[in-house]
Amino acid sequence: MVEEEGFRRYVAHVILWIGIAIVAFPVYIAIVASTQDNALIANGQMSLLPGGHFFETYYQTIFVGTSGSTREPVGNMMLNSLITALLIAVGKIAISIISAYAIVYFRFPFRMPIFWLIFITLMLPVEVRIYPTYKIVADLHMLDSYAGLSLPLIASATATLLFRQFFMTVPDELLEASRIDGAGPLRFFWDTLLPLSRTNMAALFVILFILGWNQYLWPLLITTRDDMQTIQIGIRKMITTTDALTEWPIVMATAVLAMLPPVFVVVVMQKLFVRGLVETEK
Amino acid sequence: MANVTLRNVRKTYTGGFEAIKGVNVDVGDGQFCVLVGPSGCGKSTLLRMVAGLETVTGGEIDIGGRVVNQIEPADRDIAMVFQNYALYPHMSVYNNMAYGLRNRGMAEAEIKTRVEEAARVLELSAMLERKPRQLSGGQRQRVAMGRAIVRQPKVFLFDEPLSNLDAKLRIAMRVEIRKLQRRLNTTSIYVTHDQLEAMTLADILVVMNGGQVEQVGNPLAIYEKPATTFVASFIGAPPMNLMSTRPEEIRSQLAGSAAADAGILGIRPEDFVITDETPAGGVALPLTVEAIERVGAETFVYGSRQQEDQRVAATPGELPPGEVIVRIPGTEAPAIGAKIRVAAVQSKLHLFSGDGRKRIEA
Repeated sequence: MVEEEGFRRYVAHVILWIGIAIVAFPVYIAIVASTQDNALIANGQMSLLPGGHFFETYYQTIFVGTSGSTREPVGNMMLNSLITALLIAVGKIAISIISAYAIVYFRFPFRMPIFWLIFITLMLPVEVRIYPTYKIVADLHMLDSYAGLSLPLIASATATLLFRQFFMTVPDELLEASRIDGAGPLRFFWDTLLPLSRTNMAALFVILFILGWNQYLWPLLITTRDDMQTIQIGIRKMITTTDALTEWPIVMATAVLAMLPPVFVVVVMQKLFVRGLVETEK
Repeated sequence: MANVTLRNVRKTYTGGFEAIKGVNVDVGDGQFCVLVGPSGCGKSTLLRMVAGLETVTGGEIDIGGRVVNQIEPADRDIAMVFQNYALYPHMSVYNNMAYGLRNRGMAEAEIKTRVEEAARVLELSAMLERKPRQLSGGQRQRVAMGRAIVRQPKVFLFDEPLSNLDAKLRIAMRVEIRKLQRRLNTTSIYVTHDQLEAMTLADILVVMNGGQVEQVGNPLAIYEKPATTFVASFIGAPPMNLMSTRPEEIRSQLAGSAAADAGILGIRPEDFVITDETPAGGVALPLTVEAIERVGAETFVYGSRQQEDQRVAATPGELPPGEVIVRIPGTEAPAIGAKIRVAAVQSKLHLFSGDGRKRIEA
């Protein structure tokens, strides 16, 4: 990158700082609001400085929940969200890497039609096929279960496509060298292809985990029991209480808590993620 | 220790393209066989068929007295060095070499002995824990060699292993490979498009063109008596001068009955001498000097013949019609534009049939 000199550089920095402020301010407000007294917020007298209710608000949020009708501890919601997001991310990676392996490395009848079949499911996200998908999940008695929350979202073409493109860049000689070294298809997959896909898998995991964590419509449809609620649904339900005052500190604390796992995943995986982009390990 | 025998080996791809059109080669135990030819001649395909990476659609491949047509690459007792080395990028040098042995269920202690011995021979001992990406091109090449050596196979297969190295390293590695092969005394088949590599490495040279073998034999014998005009122009740099015998100027100089059948005359650049005399039975040509190339120990003179010549066989490295290359030792050369006369003695003339497919002995 070319270093900008003097004035232009300051302008650039000012613009960047404004951008950061725009992104960070709502997050700051959420954190501040979660530490204040609800009465103050309800009166519109919320201070922009942190209040003194941090521990009691977060304790109540995680272990007790709101005092309204949908009284569900957020800790449980987070666990539901976590299990769902992990199942989606891990399941999707596992299934798509295997199908991509089959499509790239094996010659079987209708290989290309099968690939295109997988490919066109890109045009059919859950939102489009929501009724039939709901019917199937209901018929299989998977409502209010982790399987129901994750399975319909596991089936999709994006990850298969990504692995296919990656496998196609792996030199054929690697497979041939493996064959000469006495490694069968499973060995080649396990010993060579999987380690080489490590960075791709990490990148996908980050994306898929966040995608799974942020699911709203699908969990809303198929979960009816409060103890199967995910955190995204939980936040929404906390606000719509009509018979009582919205407990904003708890809502805000829940929002802050909902942000933490994706942030954690990105921070932890960032190194692998970036290495996947810059390093050519082939 | 094994012979490798190819009996009428053919490869036809689905779709009808015939890549290998019946090849017969016999590589003796411990011999170094080089397959050489222009790109697309089928030499790599043939090697991959020996390795078992391509199916054989006709004929037999015999390694050590066993027909291996239907045998998996891993069970053929061969080791291959690839052009891009094909090292496992995520494994250390040690594991790259040990992988094939582990897959065979060899004891870890035996693997360690073999890998360390190979590393010592190839001067890789200090790098066993490194990953391939931390190595230079030459070192990667040696790891690829090491991976082949530790297997102690019956046959080594090399698929243009030096073409990714720079010129200096290529010469050094060429010598290394030859020394190593002599010491291990393992039958080897080596594919290259570089005729110099082919000449220096081979016990048996197989010159291929268009899926067929043009000539098999000792490299020097091939150099001295090329069987076809293709071989004549492919082996040797700069290539042999080929010219039609039809012009009166040449026909009148060719003595003997053999000349009557010959359609093409070939003379190597180094067999010409600049002289005013015409040796008995030899050929002399008047030339106009067009260009001079000085490379130190020798000088190449590019001359054009006064007479218009007819185009001769279309082969790689072919000269424009009527152009002749003369190699003279040292740096003394005639000036550009000078009229000179070059001559070659009778024993240095190569005569071929008009289609270039047959050598005619004078």
